[in-house]
Amino acid sequence: MSDYLVKMQGIDKSFPGVRALDEARFDLRTGEVHALVGENGAGKSTLMKILSGIYRMDAGQIILKDNEVEIPSPRAAQDLGISMIHQEINLMNHLTLAQNVYIGREPRGVVRFMLDENKLNAQTKELFASMRLNLDPRTKAADLTVAKQQMVEIAKALSFNSQVLIMDEPTAALTEAEIDELFRIIRELRNKGVGIVYISHRLEELKQISDRITVMRDGRTIDTVDAQTCSIDQIISMMVGRTIFEAAPEIPEKPSQDIALEVRNLNRGDVIRDVSFQLKKGEILGFAGLMGAGRTEVARAVFGADPVDSGEFFVNGELVQIKSPKDAVAHGIGYLSEDRKRYGLALGMDVEENIALAGFSKFLGRLGTVNQTAIRDTATHYVDTLQIKTPSVEQRVRNLSGGNQQKVVIGKWLTADTEILIFDEPTRGIDVGAKSEIYHLLNDLAQQGKSIIMISSELPEILRMSHRIVVMCEGRITGELSSADATQEEIMRYATQRRVLVSANGEPTNDQGIEQNGVG
Amino acid sequence: MATQTGETAATSKRSFLRADAAQKLLAFSALIIIFIFFSLASPFFRTPDNVSSILVATAVNGVLALGVTFVIITAGIDLSVGTVMTLSAVMTGVAVTNRGLPIPVGIIVGLLTGTTAGLISGLMIARMKIPPFIATLGMMMIARGLSLVISDVKPIYFNDTPVFREIMMGSVVGALIPGLSVPNAVFILFGAALVAAFILGKTVLGRYAVAIGSNEEATRLSGVNVANWLTAVYALGGAFSGLAGVMIASRLNSAQPALGIGYELEAIAAVVIGGTSLSGGEGTILGTVIGALIISTLTNGLRILSVPQEWQMVITGVIVVLAVYIDIIRRRGK
Repeated sequence: MSDYLVKMQGIDKSFPGVRALDEARFDLRTGEVHALVGENGAGKSTLMKILSGIYRMDAGQIILKDNEVEIPSPRAAQDLGISMIHQEINLMNHLTLAQNVYIGREPRGVVRFMLDENKLNAQTKELFASMRLNLDPRTKAADLTVAKQQMVEIAKALSFNSQVLIMDEPTAALTEAEIDELFRIIRELRNKGVGIVYISHRLEELKQISDRITVMRDGRTIDTVDAQTCSIDQIISMMVGRTIFEAAPEIPEKPSQDIALEVRNLNRGDVIRDVSFQLKKGEILGFAGLMGAGRTEVARAVFGADPVDSGEFFVNGELVQIKSPKDAVAHGIGYLSEDRKRYGLALGMDVEENIALAGFSKFLGRLGTVNQTAIRDTATHYVDTLQIKTPSVEQRVRNLSGGNQQKVVIGKWLTADTEILIFDEPTRGIDVGAKSEIYHLLNDLAQQGKSIIMISSELPEILRMSHRIVVMCEGRITGELSSADATQEEIMRYATQRRVLVSANGEPTNDQGIEQNGVG
Repeated sequence: MATQTGETAATSKRSFLRADAAQKLLAFSALIIIFIFFSLASPFFRTPDNVSSILVATAVNGVLALGVTFVIITAGIDLSVGTVMTLSAVMTGVAVTNRGLPIPVGIIVGLLTGTTAGLISGLMIARMKIPPFIATLGMMMIARGLSLVISDVKPIYFNDTPVFREIMMGSVVGALIPGLSVPNAVFILFGAALVAAFILGKTVLGRYAVAIGSNEEATRLSGVNVANWLTAVYALGGAFSGLAGVMIASRLNSAQPALGIGYELEAIAAVVIGGTSLSGGEGTILGTVIGALIISTLTNGLRILSVPQEWQMVITGVIVVLAVYIDIIRRRGK
């Protein structure tokens, strides 16, 4: 028997219009964490979806412990001991944790058709205990934080006695403390001999957790290297196919002193408490804080997406009413959601339609007819200036990579003549190369006099990009720093300045539940 | 854009906890209030005879609504239940009256007819990927057409088999305990509801119906054969329609081939009033029964108060919209 648990060779896969994998290869040993990295669209997820039975490969070979195997369905993969934890949480919110973990394999009662709920809960409790997870199996999945949901997903994967565990960006939505907890579990699994495939964009993590790193680019496997001896710079250059140096902070020039947007005394329940701030013209204002600090809520309030209890908005010094996104757009405010796919884009529509969407009235003729030529011209213009990589403006947005989708959203808001842009986690799930393009784009926009609010959980990003930094914690603004004297430590200090630690019942009061964990 | 989802995860999660219980309580209080209102308005309303007739009137729609509950929990819809009910009634009539087969065989024919129709809808939806609205709209017309063809557009009476009528209108309880002559229809409804509640709460089929409605893709990725279970859910819905077909044939002592249109909407209304979410994943059998009771109590009460039938429809419509709106407001948090 070879020491390889899994060997994938010559894997080809095409989607309409895209060659996703081109003779890709990958191998996994028992008891190792093997990181799989590459820019978005490099083929990592596709390759792993083939291994976990979600996609069928067009050509190639999968060898599992010396035997060539066919993996036609997720079920077949599970039966072979291969489980995948997806980037999006895949739990059924209306079911309990136990019901989620053992879905499809419920212990049955006397009659085969009946469920044995007690056994199900007992079984799950045991499973959680083995992972040292302190959760009640009867809790509904909807009531957990994202981090806890992820732990449940891992528990679910383990309940199959998986030999191979594939994790697609498991840390994307976690805080430092939660990441530590995740890594603890990953190490325990590795020591038990489980082979773990770890897909991530956070290169700094890889050295901590992985044994080997495989880099993919354009559907091909570039190389597999030892995680300890290879530098991050080397990995990045393999990913992008050229050497890019992570530039020192490139803070754009000072903004003017005109105030583009002022928010005064904004309140909404206990998620936004008395928030006031100013945004200058041509400024990038960073919003830092932990998840659940209320930054997204403030952004959505400014954009009119959620009703507020009180608060005043001034645009260019004038008091304005913003009660709906329509009002916000009318006052030149655009919001780029952290969840692009859900809120930012009509995925099934093509690039030009998406770009035209927010400023649609511009393209209407006198009789309400759509001026297709104008739409095409505008879309083509932004595809060029924003360097959106797409075969044509008629490409469906669904088929673009994350970074390019983000650019389409930016194009959409620019078309709508937006002067104030709120970016919520603009680089989440975007690979290194595309990230720095987005940074340049933000800088350019600020230079052109656009005012930008950038919400980000990545401190280096905040420090590198912002003129000023506002820090939030538990719905309050706890600090404001100028870029000159801000440090990661300083921001963290403000981000953890809590007033209410834990509510009476011991559960965190907001949905993210960060309070329990503190900051790593 | 984010306009429809104007809520944060925080508020939705907190209100979520109470969602099921609150809607049931709300529907139940609404039923009580409606009942008290009509009792005060008319002394006849609260007589045992009238209460019994309300329950009998609930039976057919209630059983249809039970089947629809499962379908809606999967985030689907079934528009064919009314005409499938009619087709089942006609098939029972053909078996019992035209062919002279024993009544139990006729009942089984009715149930199988409904189940088959549901199965076909389910296959269209799960295998051919036709949207539920369209697939069951097609089935609605197919079943209606077949009913007319098979019956030759004439009602089939059960005059040779007087026992058939007793299925619904007789009273087994009355025979056992004189003075308590509750029609069988009532027991059939509650029996069917118990079976439905059992299936939803205690069996694999119920669990997967909720899972599919909650997150179909996640259910598929968990290795559940979603297509098969979804088909089974529609077949189950069809079985309830088949039962309703036998029930209505018994109640009218005939299979009326032109009947059936409109029943599906009333069934959906009962389900929705009962708090089952059209977006799937949540719903209860008790809620549906209460929903069906609300509709028939309202219809009965308004008729007693001599409100014209046209206005009864208007009021029912308003109630449906209100029920869903209250649900939406509650989900929105504050």
